[in-house]
Amino acid sequence: MTEILAKLEHVSRVYQKGREKVDVLHELDLEIEKGDFLALMGPSGSGKTTLLNLLGGLDRPTGGTVTVGGQELSAMSNSQLSGWRSTHVGFIFQFYNLLPVLTAQKNVELPLLLTNMSGKERSRRAGIALEIVGLADRANHKPRELSGGQEQRVAIARAIVSDPELLLCDEPTGDLDRQTADEILKLLQTLNREHGKTIIMVTHDAQAAEYAQRTLHMDKGKLEARAAA
Amino acid sequence: MKVINQIAAVTALNVRNLPQRLGGSLVAIVGVAAVVLVFAAVLSMAAGFERTMVSAGSEDTAIVMRAGATAELNSGLGNDDVQIVRNAPGVLRDGDEPVVSPELYVVVDIVKKSTGDDANVPLRGVGSGAFDVRSGVEIVAGRMFEEGRNELIVGRAAQQEFAGLDVGGEIRFGQTTWNVVGVFAANGSVSESELWTDVRVLQTMYRRGNSVQSVRVRLESPGALETLGTALAEDPRIEVDVRSERDYYASQAAPLSQFIRIVGYPLTVLMAIGAVFGALNSMYASVSVRGKEIATLRALGFGPLPVLVSTIVESTLLALVGGLAGGALAYVAFNGFRVSTLNGASFSQVVFDFAVTPELLSQGLVAALIIGLVGGFFPALRAARLPVAQALREL
Amino acid sequence: MKYLGLVWRNAWRKKARTSLTMLSVMVAFLLFALLNAIAFAFRSGQDVADAERLVVIHKISLINPLPISYEARIAATPGVAEVTHASWFGGYYQEPRNQFAQFPVDARAYFEMYPELDIEPGQLESWADNRIGAVVGPEQFGWTIGDRIPILSTIWPQTDGERTWEFELAGIFSTSDQRGSTAYMLFNYDYFEEARAFGKGTVGWYILRVAPGANPVEVAQAIDEQFANSPNETETSTEAAFAASFAKQFGNIALIVQLILGAVFFTLLLVAGNTMSQSVRERIPELAVLKTVGFSDGSVLGIVLSESILIIALGGLLGLGLGWLAVQGAASSMGAMLPGIYLSGPAILTAIAIIIGAGILAGIFPALKAMRLSIVDALARG
Ligand SMILES: Nc1ncnc2c1ncn2[C@@H]1O[C@H](COP(=O)(O)OP(=O)(O)OP(=O)(O)O)[C@@H](O)[C@H]1O
Ligand SMILES: [Mg+2]
Repeated sequence: MTEILAKLEHVSRVYQKGREKVDVLHELDLEIEKGDFLALMGPSGSGKTTLLNLLGGLDRPTGGTVTVGGQELSAMSNSQLSGWRSTHVGFIFQFYNLLPVLTAQKNVELPLLLTNMSGKERSRRAGIALEIVGLADRANHKPRELSGGQEQRVAIARAIVSDPELLLCDEPTGDLDRQTADEILKLLQTLNREHGKTIIMVTHDAQAAEYAQRTLHMDKGKLEARAAA
Repeated sequence: MKVINQIAAVTALNVRNLPQRLGGSLVAIVGVAAVVLVFAAVLSMAAGFERTMVSAGSEDTAIVMRAGATAELNSGLGNDDVQIVRNAPGVLRDGDEPVVSPELYVVVDIVKKSTGDDANVPLRGVGSGAFDVRSGVEIVAGRMFEEGRNELIVGRAAQQEFAGLDVGGEIRFGQTTWNVVGVFAANGSVSESELWTDVRVLQTMYRRGNSVQSVRVRLESPGALETLGTALAEDPRIEVDVRSERDYYASQAAPLSQFIRIVGYPLTVLMAIGAVFGALNSMYASVSVRGKEIATLRALGFGPLPVLVSTIVESTLLALVGGLAGGALAYVAFNGFRVSTLNGASFSQVVFDFAVTPELLSQGLVAALIIGLVGGFFPALRAARLPVAQALREL
Repeated sequence: MKYLGLVWRNAWRKKARTSLTMLSVMVAFLLFALLNAIAFAFRSGQDVADAERLVVIHKISLINPLPISYEARIAATPGVAEVTHASWFGGYYQEPRNQFAQFPVDARAYFEMYPELDIEPGQLESWADNRIGAVVGPEQFGWTIGDRIPILSTIWPQTDGERTWEFELAGIFSTSDQRGSTAYMLFNYDYFEEARAFGKGTVGWYILRVAPGANPVEVAQAIDEQFANSPNETETSTEAAFAASFAKQFGNIALIVQLILGAVFFTLLLVAGNTMSQSVRERIPELAVLKTVGFSDGSVLGIVLSESILIIALGGLLGLGLGWLAVQGAASSMGAMLPGIYLSGPAILTAIAIIIGAGILAGIFPALKAMRLSIVDALARG
């Protein structure tokens, strides 16, 4: 019954820094089921962001294969990858990365520009996404007029607006206070439970990891499962 | 279709936050503006000079000079020659009288108002046919000189440019005092740089006997130029060159206007190269400032093409703004600006207005466009090839 | 100077930006060199004029000829050491576009009047003795001695109506003063006088040398008074004044050049100033660290200013060097079309002054900003 959404097989990622080689990921294997909410923890520099980037098709492995939703990412061209990203994954960053000149509404609509949707339809969907994250009343505010937590909600709305199966979150609460962080995490949990989104979340915060279904620890490019507390 | 949407969206975004990068962009704009300004200003000298020279020449007027003479100043024709020309075929006749003007062309030193120094001003002795062989010449102040008297009429431009040419005034050249009795206009052509008097008076003054330097002839039609030319070439009594007045003035204009172009175009190219460096610089800066935004868009699924295009559009837009500003400035500051210079071909002063023509402005804008495209292209490539994962790390 | 290494490395922290800025500076100074060299040509030799030489022309205009009989009368005027004459021939070689200057002169007297012109004595003698002999400056149409040269005069037909004059190249002269033009031909006045169809007994103008101790202004006045109220009044001026009045007839070339360069350098200042302010903005934390380790405000100011001057000096000197090469090339390849193009010493000095001035101007505001930086704020920002 369980279906594998994302799969890493013998994945390596080596960075060439001048003459020095940085072996970040080494022969890594990982399977992620549809509907999973996975927390990824580990010391700084252990390769968490690298792993996320590989899953999101922002980066390519130097060895092994990355398969998401049955498609092998390493076999796709750069422009195929761009198109794939727009409908299959949503990114949520630590520093939100909203475009300052656009209102919340327009920021959320951004990924829909990549579809053939009419303007009206785009704005309707963005409205729904904003409603889901609880920010419908702030649709016409610019990022600068929002708090950090609100900005992150807009970013989440943007990540879900084109209805991807997979959400990749890199320290989404890293810049927020405890209470705001908890609200964001609850939101992610809701998205996982009620909307069926598969979520992979990198975090340094053990309390944040508790919202996930399971936690993987990463150290020097290796994964080890530890029972979540 | 989807790609076009993407391009439009990213470009619109980019243009919207252009004001935030105004400092650096302004440098690029000013650079391009300077190129177009200098280009239009310098080349407007050539355009204005040519317009003044060429508008003097008509297709149905011929100018007859001694064979080999490249300018009236170098030519010389005796009275016999003049008689032969008068009776030649192709010459328009008013009743029995051929429409011709035998003319003597000398140069006198007059002080240029703008510099206070002597300048070679052309003094032309004209026959009674002078107004008939030229169209558009008319007295606009005072009156026509009387034959046989030391009277001058002065071109409108000459009057403005050179000292002591007011109507009613006197001016001395050598031993002779002349009365300025009138001002004539000639459609802004080179004739307006001249002083005119009765050819017979000038002949006496210069002890030239009956000789002149050129004969202007009104032709029966532009086609009659060949009739006249052939007839005079076949006449063994005379050795002259016959050219249309337009042709003559075009050749008089060529050396100076070519010189300005020979200097002006390379000057523009060099400046444009400098401006390309400036544009590249500010576009690279723009791309690096936009790195975060570009990486975010790429993470959301936007392709490299819209990023590329939006960067090129940005630089082209900046260059066009610069080009328009430079062109407008050139027009406001220089169009119609009156100067006079020594035309080497006639060894005398020509008064002309700078002409910032539509051609020059559009050439300037094309130059701006090219600067924008080249200056945007390489930064655009960099933007499109931006390694997304790495750019996201550098936040 | 001990900070030079630091300044150098700072300047190159963004290679593309620094190179592009330097290249724009280079182009600006290349333009400076070229335009100044052209403007120099329009000065018509004012810079090589000899203060002891006077030029006598017809008062009405240079194109009016003067009687040859004036030569003896000028020579007899007190204060005149020697006198000679020249005329305008107005010819071209083969085609009208090969127009260049030719002057019929008295061979020996002319070279005595212009000691800066060098010619082998043997060549001068063989020219003077050859009726149709002529001498030219170097590299004129690639002629060599002994060549027969037909020149077509646009002004002077011969008595038989022939307009082409035949000459034989007898020598090649050069000038010891690099600034002077040699793009002309000299030939014997006697040949010209005998063979021309009209205008006999006249010359174009006289050149005279003032005797040592005599006042050139008084000599000029004495000559003009002598011919006053005659049909051919004269106007005598120093060679420099004559060249200047001729140059001014073209209009204010120097002003045009200055306006163009003004626009160029204004843009350049913006480009360089922008580079410097970006560069300083980027490394505010570093500058703060420098101050923390004990660099004085003055040294921080100096470091930033030196960087700005360095970038402009590198580009500027490169541009000047290129410009010098280009002018050198143009002078030898198109000397006939544009005689007298030359990159003068004063122009080079001006360029160096501009380099320093622009370096300071472009760097001063960023440098002041760096100097006034508060360590605490800057580190907090970093
Ligand atoms: N472009 C690159 N070139 C060289 N090395 C790199 C590059 N990008 C990342 N690395 C190295 O890869 C390793 C893993 O980086 P990564 O960002 O994946 O770590 P992380 O687990 O996300 O750390 P953090 O918790 O600090 O975000 C680090 O040692 C880093 O220095
Ligand atoms: Mg990370």
